[in-house]
Amino acid sequence: MILLIEQLLNGLQYGAMLFMLASGLTLIFGIMGVINLTHGCFYMVGAYCAAFVVLQTGSFLLGALAALAGAGLYAVAVELAVVQWLYRRDHLYQVLATLGLILFTNEAVSLIFGRRPPLMDIPPFLQGSVPVLPGLEYPVIRLAFIGMGALVALGLWLLVNHSRVGMLVRAGADDREMVSALGIDIRRLYTLVFGLGGVLCGLAGVMAAPLLAIEIGMGERVLITTFVVIVIGGVGSVRGALVGALLVGMVDSLGRAYIPQLLQLSLPPSVADTLGAGLVSASIYVLMALVLLVRPLGLLPARS
Amino acid sequence: MPLTLRQAAIALGLALFLAVPLLAEAGASPALLGLANRILIYAIAAVSLDLIIGYGAMVSFGHAMFFGLGGYVVGIVAYHTFGGEPLLGRSGSNAALLVWPLALAACALLAVLVGGLALRTSGVQFIMITLAFAQMVFFVLVSLQSYGGDDGLMLERRNMLPFIDISKPTTFYYLCLALLVIWTVLCSFIVNSRFGLILQALRQSERRAVNLGIRPFPFRLAAFVISAVGTGLAGVLWANYARFVTPDMAAWSKSGEFMAIVVLGGLGTLLGPIAGTAVFIALEQLLSIWTEHWMIVMGPILTLIALFGQRGIAGRVFGGRRD
Repeated sequence: MILLIEQLLNGLQYGAMLFMLASGLTLIFGIMGVINLTHGCFYMVGAYCAAFVVLQTGSFLLGALAALAGAGLYAVAVELAVVQWLYRRDHLYQVLATLGLILFTNEAVSLIFGRRPPLMDIPPFLQGSVPVLPGLEYPVIRLAFIGMGALVALGLWLLVNHSRVGMLVRAGADDREMVSALGIDIRRLYTLVFGLGGVLCGLAGVMAAPLLAIEIGMGERVLITTFVVIVIGGVGSVRGALVGALLVGMVDSLGRAYIPQLLQLSLPPSVADTLGAGLVSASIYVLMALVLLVRPLGLLPARS
Repeated sequence: MPLTLRQAAIALGLALFLAVPLLAEAGASPALLGLANRILIYAIAAVSLDLIIGYGAMVSFGHAMFFGLGGYVVGIVAYHTFGGEPLLGRSGSNAALLVWPLALAACALLAVLVGGLALRTSGVQFIMITLAFAQMVFFVLVSLQSYGGDDGLMLERRNMLPFIDISKPTTFYYLCLALLVIWTVLCSFIVNSRFGLILQALRQSERRAVNLGIRPFPFRLAAFVISAVGTGLAGVLWANYARFVTPDMAAWSKSGEFMAIVVLGGLGTLLGPIAGTAVFIALEQLLSIWTEHWMIVMGPILTLIALFGQRGIAGRVFGGRRD
């Protein structure tokens, strides 16, 4: 029972991270129709900036600011230099152009920050564990991650549904020409949304930096999981991204805990270990396949 | 009879490929044969991918899974043939005529499963789903600890064909060339057949085709499977060429590379991607000799190809589509 609750919390934490990445990606796709592979790079840039600044100054807050600023600015730069020419192009070219940017970013980051993966400690005020239930101690930083995910969800909901910028963004997604005709600079709006997506990636990067390995290629790995989240939730929908992120987080962490155990009940250990490892990594893709069988457009598609 | 530009380009390309072993033997460069052989193998995958991207508008971002699977079937069978314990009571075989069809059948089966699911959607979802399934295959290959896991599998020797000895580099090279030619001719028959025309009609306007009484799904799935089998063949040849298979064969970056090659060569031309492969692989080779950080140049080149290279290097010569 304790294990189950602990795994549920882990799933929630992983889901929170996936949501920070998926919400930006799905907004960018829903509004501008661009499939942006560099999204994972923004996350990596955020994590590297955070680790670098923390190492130099020793201050976690400065590191966090550097992550948000670094990822956000890089996103804006990418939008201005490349992505803005891709809005009306076929998805194929969007994939290819942003793929080139991934290769570039990975090499540039390893040139700037060095090949050795940086380390980042958990800041003092997030260290240690607190009792969540009798008999269950849970790390503070993971709880903070979950809380931050909830804040992001709330903030995005307010921003998209109850603010002037959000209204313009929704209007721009529906009818780009009409919004420009009303005197709104839609280009600036797009750059802004892209930057916002980058900042959310930076946030995920700084939160994940003390928990996961900071390395070249961390962006692509999480990007592909983010795609799974978006496909499950429905492309273009922030609510869908939330549902998808939580589902994927839960399935992943519960799968890690229970699939090997279940297999060991019925199979010889050597087979169970090999098969278990494969099944655990495949579990979220199986989930995606199941969702697609029932609802090809995802659970909560943006528009019918 | 005067040659058209297209015929001249085909003749020139074929002559070049035929001459490579002679040039390499004449001492121009021993590495040349290997480079040309890699180009031939990748070109088979590129032609296959062009069949669905260029003619069917199905942008598969996961074709490396078939490349990897084809290679791994060869690798796994070889592992059990030489040294490893028997698999399911069979001791394995080194006969290419047995192993290669088995590998291609495995790719076809995977393609039916993946295509069956992914073709329920289209556009950006199709891209993401093919990518995700390829990633799943990648992780499964990594988790195969008894077959080397991350490090991959070495093959003791190449598969055996009757009458010809493909352990000789030159013979293997000509086999790859012959297979590339046969596969390209086959694909060009396919795209000009009734089946291929339906596929292109679906690309141009699905609604119009549907109103003419065509059910899109079976045609698209068939094209997807054919393309997967071709890519699997490339994987089989790669395993035999390098005598080494790793999960990286199925990595997402490999899928991206295939896609870049097709766009570079010219979508919907079949022959263009062959030229695209030659340029891409040669460029990769040159840049990696020049600097260890060649990705920092290759990346922006890909981006520029996507931004400006609408018809590819060979699109003009081979008359690709203009949309």
